[in-house]
Parts: sequence; structure tokens; C-alpha cells
Amino acid sequence: MADSHGAAYGYTGSYLKTPSNGNLWSWLTTVDHKKIGLMYAAAMFTFFLVGMSLGFLIRLELMEPGTQFISAKVYNSVFTLHGVIMIFLFIVPGIPAILGNFILPLQLGADDVAMPKLNLLSWYIYMVGAIMALVSLFVGGGVPDGGWTFYAPYALKSDTNISLAVMAAFVLGFSSILTGMNFITTIHRLRAPGMGMFGMPLFCWGLYATSWIQVIATPVVGITLVLVTMERWLGIGFFDPALGGDPVLYQHLFWIYSHPVVYVMVLPAMGIISEILPAFSRRTIFGYKAIAMSSMAIAVVGYLVWGHHMFTAGMSDTARWVFSLLTFFVAVPTGVKIFNWLATLYRGSIEFRAPLAYALGWIFLFSIGGLTGLANGALSTDIHIHDTAYVVGHFHYTMFGGAAIGMFAGLHYWWPKIWGRMYNEKIAIGAFAVILVGFNMIYGTMLVLGMKGMPRRYQDYLPEYANLNFIATVGSWILVTGILVMLYNLVRAIKHGKKAPDNPWGSTTLEWKTTSPPPLFNFAEAPTVTTGPYDFTEILREAGVEEGR
Amino acid sequence: MNGASSYSGLVDNAFIFILGTSVLLLIGVTLAMIIMVVKYRRSKHPNPAQIEGSVTLETLWTVLPTILVLVMFYYGWAGFKVMRDIPDDAMPVTVTGQMWSWVFEYENGKQSTELIVPTGRNVKLNLESVDVIHSFFVPAFRLKEDCVPGRHNKAWFKSTRDGEYNIFCAEYCGERHSAMLSLVKSIPPREFDEWLGVDPGPPEGAQLLTIKGCTACHSLDGSKLIGPTFKGVFGITETVLTDGVAREIVVDEEYIRKSMLEPDADLVEGYPKGLMPPQGTLVKDEEMDAIIEVLKELK
Repeated sequence: MADSHGAAYGYTGSYLKTPSNGNLWSWLTTVDHKKIGLMYAAAMFTFFLVGMSLGFLIRLELMEPGTQFISAKVYNSVFTLHGVIMIFLFIVPGIPAILGNFILPLQLGADDVAMPKLNLLSWYIYMVGAIMALVSLFVGGGVPDGGWTFYAPYALKSDTNISLAVMAAFVLGFSSILTGMNFITTIHRLRAPGMGMFGMPLFCWGLYATSWIQVIATPVVGITLVLVTMERWLGIGFFDPALGGDPVLYQHLFWIYSHPVVYVMVLPAMGIISEILPAFSRRTIFGYKAIAMSSMAIAVVGYLVWGHHMFTAGMSDTARWVFSLLTFFVAVPTGVKIFNWLATLYRGSIEFRAPLAYALGWIFLFSIGGLTGLANGALSTDIHIHDTAYVVGHFHYTMFGGAAIGMFAGLHYWWPKIWGRMYNEKIAIGAFAVILVGFNMIYGTMLVLGMKGMPRRYQDYLPEYANLNFIATVGSWILVTGILVMLYNLVRAIKHGKKAPDNPWGSTTLEWKTTSPPPLFNFAEAPTVTTGPYDFTEILREAGVEEGR
Repeated sequence: MNGASSYSGLVDNAFIFILGTSVLLLIGVTLAMIIMVVKYRRSKHPNPAQIEGSVTLETLWTVLPTILVLVMFYYGWAGFKVMRDIPDDAMPVTVTGQMWSWVFEYENGKQSTELIVPTGRNVKLNLESVDVIHSFFVPAFRLKEDCVPGRHNKAWFKSTRDGEYNIFCAEYCGERHSAMLSLVKSIPPREFDEWLGVDPGPPEGAQLLTIKGCTACHSLDGSKLIGPTFKGVFGITETVLTDGVAREIVVDEEYIRKSMLEPDADLVEGYPKGLMPPQGTLVKDEEMDAIIEVLKELK
């Protein structure tokens, strides 16, 4: 139990400089939540770079009509691998596993998560799942091509190893379930004395909502696995019409899991934004409870909207309008968050620094993601844009713009805390400007292409779509350049950055009240909490500013 | 892109309302951020106001967006309802998706690989698939509905303008998904009646190969697609895999017939398994004979 670590309070050296730190074994056997977070980061960013290269290849092929570099067969496998890697290995577990692990105990004033050994086990399960996922792609007759959704009966017909792939998703999901349980327990049991549930920083609320979705939604993958296995091995027809099954049932099960998971990806990112805005505005967050509760509302309503992925699949017309109506209700708590964030800027004392640049850019991109989703939620418009490039553009605005850019914002915010070093802020902001340009050139263009009718997952297209596709491809070069510069700037800082002070941004939450980087057990002495999470009285007094009017 | 169906205007109105509102909101959010970041910059505004919240504002920006999205829902539903109410007098056409081509069959049994329709008349589509899920998509009509094997989905439209409109497959269906294209040809009703009335007799020769979807995978000019080319195939000696064991056979009538009924039984070496649906229920006996005759002639 974490409390037994209490004896170690008083060790104030960096967690990165513990005596055994030099060797790999000490990392592979660590139960320190901070090191586990960094091990996740190492694995996930490796996968991210692979996924990005595949995405780059997709855009290269689509630069002009006809076949440029890769055949249709290879192209189909490339977009499948891109989706599987990005979704299951990077975005879904990403923010909770990397930043959640590192920051959550610090923000709560705890010395670790509630179950540190289980936390390490979760990392190993993740690695096993990731390896299974990659292996499943290459055994059994070659690389699969069904897209990351693996719809029946196409994916079931092909020789590729669908059972192993679903098994891998379940193993990965199991890692998420354990991490989620660990976080829920940590939040309920290990908050510093004086910190109520509504005294937690909002990043913790985002992780809390996400953890519940992980725990409740992931078992559906297990159910699907059982059904797929029974169909494959016992010949009982669930999904394959040749055996008397219904392919649409597979789509239901797939989206009952995969739609709530969309919110798994984005809720922690919203938490990050809720940390950054007050810190750089030097004022309390506007509407704390509304932001916290809207996370929970999104988590709950998010369970009930999966059918909007299937408006053309042949569900009954009643089911379609019910799902459409429910989908629109998810938009409301999302809007509430955006308005509260804007109100947090109002009459603040705003310092425009790198993390804020990322956070504001995030609000811009995610707003586009959310707003373009409205046309997917409305029935008649969705019929036209469903399965077109519009949907691809829309979900990249939400998943890449929402989840991944949110993670980048968080990395820039907490990097000085994690490594005790500052990165070059000018390069960080410059790289992000490049990212914004490239991003909108690709995905904004895809929105237009989809409106004009270009279907998704097309290796070749009619000449009328040529110009826009060319623009999107040029955008991909710009985007990748920006990302690489951004990552280089961060990695370079680990060794060569200037030493970071304990609280470089003037933030108020507990992680900034310990050293940068923190000691092994986080705090020299266990903190107690007497104010709300965003109380700037002390920061303002230190800065010599009078009490806010 | 201009709409060309009776309900495309309704869909476009919903688009204009939803996207228009969205653009306004996005501009508002973005301008608000920029203005506040400039106006309240620390050098000019060192002393922040600690405002914790406002019940009035929270209520306002919960209720107003709720009303707004309900209006959007209504717009979406209104257009959708028209799409789903199939008029009783609509002319039925059976649309069959197969890897990787479309076949359209009219009430009188006439088959076509392009969807010829009379402008201004209601057309009802019975959507079928013989293998995997396809999705019948005509962007100009704002029409899309999946062809799901084992299900019998329906759709309808009324073309409002003469012209040619793209048909795409919108649900991923395999290697040549992006080549699964066709056209709607909307022509004046009188011409249509003439066209439909001409009984072409049972499809013959190369036309049969197209309608049955053979040519989506088997070329007639010697090029390699998904399956072996038909050019010069009759009479040659091929290496096939029977239960995984390689053996040599001569491509004769018996072999071709068996390959149609059990495509994977004697699979030509080097070609993928499991892609071709058994044709027993799809191709009639006399059509098989006709196909064999065509292959004999394809030198």
C-alpha cells in the first residue's frame, strides 16, 4: 500500500537520480508512478512515429489520382495499420497512461497511485497487448486491410487473424481497466488531507470520468471476442450472414465500445486545458463544478450515442432518429466546457507562453472537431457525408486535434516538472504555428472533399478531387515538419535545457509545490490543502500584485 | 456540388443551417480568445479578477445551445423523413453490390451495369449484396444506404435533372473498393420507356461477364487483376492448389464450371483464396454454358 512509502518522505533527491537509476532493470521493475508514466511515453511515442509515417505514406499516395507509390492492396493495409496503431496503441491509452500516471498522484498530494504494483503490471499487459496487436497483423496470410473497424463479414472472411486482433484489443483494454481502477481508487482514497472531491484539480476530474468509461465499456470487447471465437471455432452464426448471423450486430458491439472510447481519448485532454488556462490567466477557473460535472455528463450520455456510426447500415428509422437526438445532447456539455474556458480568460492576467499557445490552439481545433460533428449527428446531412473524407477530417480534428494536441499541450505544461528542465519556448510556439497550418490544410481540405462526395478509404479517385487532395498532401509535409521540430525541441531539453524552477508558470496545484523534478515519493513532507485548486492569492502576493479586485 | 434529387434541397438547407451556425460559433470563439489574450495581457492587466462562476451564465449557455441543437436535430430529421418515406408508385430497381461492381435489375428482368432512370419519376431501390457490405452512394442525390448481405435495405429517389451522376461504393469492401464505380444516367421518361421496353434478350457474351461481375477481377486483355485473366485461358495448363497440394490441370469446360461453383476447390496458384463467392445461386446453368463459350473464344 502506498502509505508504507511514508517512511521515505524526507528523501529530496530527484526521482531520476535514485542510486540504481542508471540501469534498465531498475526501470523495468520500478513501481514509481512517474517512471511508469515515462515508460508508457517511450513505448507510445515509438508507436506514434510509426503511425505518423504510415499516415504520411497515405497522403503521398493520394497526392494525385491513379497509383503513385503503393498499390491498392498495400494502401489498404497501410491505412488499416495507421488506424490500429494510432487508436489502440497511442490515443486511447495515451494521456491517462503517460500524463495521468505522472501527474495524478502529484496533483492529489499522494506519494504514488493506490496500487503501484498493479500499475507496473498494467504497463506489462499494455506491452503484451501491443505486441499481440502487431503480431496479429502479420500472421495468418498477410497484413489485414479491413480498416481499424474490422467490419464483418469482410474482416471475418479474410485470412487475417481476426481472433488474435480482437484478443489484443481485449488485452489492451484490460490494461486500461486496471489503470482505470487504480486511478478511481487513488482519487477516492489518496487525496491530500483537506482536499474534497470538488477540491481536486480538473485534470483529475477528466481522468476520473475517463477511468469509469474504461472500466465499464471495455468488457464489451471481451463479449465481442467470445462471440467472434464461437463463430470462428464452433460455426455459430452471430455476424456472418452465411451462417445466419447479422453483420450489423458486429457494428453495434464495435461501437458500443468504440464510441465511449472517443470520450476516453478526449476527456483527459479537456482536463489538461482546464489546468493550463487558469495558470496563465492567474485567476480561478470559471465554473469549476460545471466543468467537472460536464465531464461526467459526457461520460454518461456518451454511452448512448453509438448508433450514429450506423445511420446508413439499415437500422430501423426509429432507432436512427433516437440515436440522432441523443447525439445532440452530447454536444451540450461540450459547449458548456468551451464557454467556461472562454470565461476563464475574461479579466485574467494573461501571459502568452508555450503551453497557453497549445491550449488555445487546442480550443480552436477541438471547436472545429465538435462543430463538424453536428452535421454527422443530424440525420439527413450524415447520410451524405457518412463514410466520406468529411468523416475522416472530422475525427482527426477531434482525435488528433482534441486528444493528441491536448497531450502535446500537457507535455509542454508539465515538461519542466517531469525533467527539471525548460525547453526553448520560441521553438515550441513556432513549431505549433507550423502544425496549425499543416493540420488545417490536411483535415480542413478533407472536410470539403467529403462534402463534394469523395468516399474514404479510396486509393484512387476521380480527377475532380485532384486539386484538393494535392493541397492536403502538401499540408501533411508541413504538419509532419512541425511535429518533428516540436518533439526534437522537447527531447533536446531533457539534456540541454535550462534548469527549471519548481514552479515556472506560477501555477497553484500541488504538483508545483514540490521540486522539479520531484523526489522519489513526490513530496518532502505530505502536503495538506487549505484552499481551492486555483487560488492565486499567494502567487499574486509573491508577484507584488494587490489582491484581485 | 449541385443537388439533383427531389430531396437534395432539404439536405442542403440542413447543411447550410448547421454549418453556417458552426462557422459563426467558431469565429466567435476564436475572436473571443484572441481579443482577451491581447486585452488582458499581463503587461497591461496585471491584476486579474477572481470570478468563480455565474449560475445565470451557466444556465444560459446550457439552455440556449440545447435549443439550438434541437433545431439542428429537427432540420436533420425533416430531410431524413422524406428520404425514408418511399412513395407507393415508385419503380423498383434491385441494386446488387458485389466485389467490385454494381448490377441494376429492373422489374421486367432487364439488367444493366449503369443505373438508367427516368427524370422526374420516383425510383425505389432494393439494396442487396452477394458478398460483403457495400454502400450505395450517389453524392448528387444526397443518397446513401448500405447493401448488407442477409438484409434487404431500401432507399428511393427522384432525379430532377437529366444528366450523369457518379455512383461510389462508400463502405470498404476490399482491394478494388475505390474502383467500384458506376453512373446514374437520368434521361427523359419517354426515352427511358423506350430503353426499358427494348428486350435485349438474355445478356450475352462479354456483356454477361460484366453483369455477373466477373470482369471486376478477371481481365479480358491479359492484365493481372485479382484473379487470373480470361484472355487465352481456355485449354492452357495451370498449376492449381487442391486442398493445399499443387497439381497441374488443363482449363477445360469441367474445370471452369467447377471454379464457378466452388471457387476455392482448385485455386490457381498465386491467387488469393476466399474472395470469389460461389456462383451456384447467382449464375443460371445456361448462363454458365454461355460464359464457357465466351471464354473459349477469348484468344
